[in-house]
Amino acid sequence: MTAIDIQDLTKRYDRFTLHPVSFTVPKGYITGLIGPNGAGKSTIIKAMLGLVRPDSGQIRFDGRSFPQEERAIKEQIGFVSDENHFYEQLTVAELKRNFAPFYPEWSDADFARYANLFELDLKKRIKDLSKGTRMKVSLALALSHNARLLIMDEPTGGLDPVFRRELLDLLSDFIQDGERSVLFSTHITTDLDRVADYIICMNRGRLVFSESKESILERYVLVRGSNELLDRDVRQEFIGLRETEVGFEALHADRRRATELFRNAAILENPTLEDILYYTAKGEVLLG
Amino acid sequence: MNIVLSHTSGEPFYLQIVEQLRRQILTGVLLPGAGLPSIRQLAKDLQISVITTKRAYEELEKEGFIDSKVGRGSFVAGVSAEALREERVKRLEQDLLQLVEEARAIRISYPELRDMLRLYYEEDES
Repeated sequence: MTAIDIQDLTKRYDRFTLHPVSFTVPKGYITGLIGPNGAGKSTIIKAMLGLVRPDSGQIRFDGRSFPQEERAIKEQIGFVSDENHFYEQLTVAELKRNFAPFYPEWSDADFARYANLFELDLKKRIKDLSKGTRMKVSLALALSHNARLLIMDEPTGGLDPVFRRELLDLLSDFIQDGERSVLFSTHITTDLDRVADYIICMNRGRLVFSESKESILERYVLVRGSNELLDRDVRQEFIGLRETEVGFEALHADRRRATELFRNAAILENPTLEDILYYTAKGEVLLG
Repeated sequence: MNIVLSHTSGEPFYLQIVEQLRRQILTGVLLPGAGLPSIRQLAKDLQISVITTKRAYEELEKEGFIDSKVGRGSFVAGVSAEALREERVKRLEQDLLQLVEEARAIRISYPELRDMLRLYYEEDES
């Protein structure tokens, strides 16, 4: 069961190329799309929303595809973004009245509930709202039309830590029935360390991996040790390496192999997604 | 039912859940037939991945501690008294093995260990 199926998607800009990318977003789960700036996350999301026309490749939503079924696809997607797509002069209430008619399953009751929960002032103009509050408006709109798929582009940027934690509960609620899915693009990986089920990692326009967070965190291992352990062969083992005068830290993609290699000579620890992202990006910079 | 996860122990979440539920079933805190939260509810409550809670339940199912029925959720399985005792004896043996290894490591002889054990056993008895 897949919510989104992407095959061989490519896009070429003057200064950025999305190389053929294929992955699926499973239905009923929270999937994180991670990568440093310039990885290609936004290009992929814009292509999913029909805002960017890919040079080649295919995107299917639960079997439907652009452009034939654009309308049906868009009705079922709730899109949350930190970029401001709103008309600045409108109040929150006016914005809602403009937004609702596009969605057959729009619910005023749901919107009122979220507006209340997020403490939104409906009479305020969009231009007077903070970045975080704009995000909450975007989220309340996205959650009020019975969307089957929530696509969130860097949603946590302007949000304070308290609301970010509450957002995780909202997302868990959203996928409770197993029929709805969330795709969450971010470079703030601590949010995903908690609740994400699957992780898609991009770097420099290429897919690095796409698998369950459990298996990623079990496979990768963070190695810390003294510099005497490093020779040419050992260096080549690592995905990314950070050396200082007093020792090194590195990421290895095979826990079993690293355990055999270092035994008790180095400290092996569980990496976070941020560690994985950092060393993946760093490693490729060195190679490239 | 309580599940309290350590985020710093390094032990995978799914194993912590398995161990805590197993212990609560073995010690009778959770009785046969008791309903368990759905994997999605548990993931939400613990703020962890659905895949993690699913893996924990699958493991407990494999070990015969819980039953899952589609559409009805998961329940504590009817573990027989005999099976319970067997499982606890197995656990005790593992603990004893650890005890012996630790005693060897700090050079405590078997008679010394036996005397220590007797002291505790009889103290607890009275």
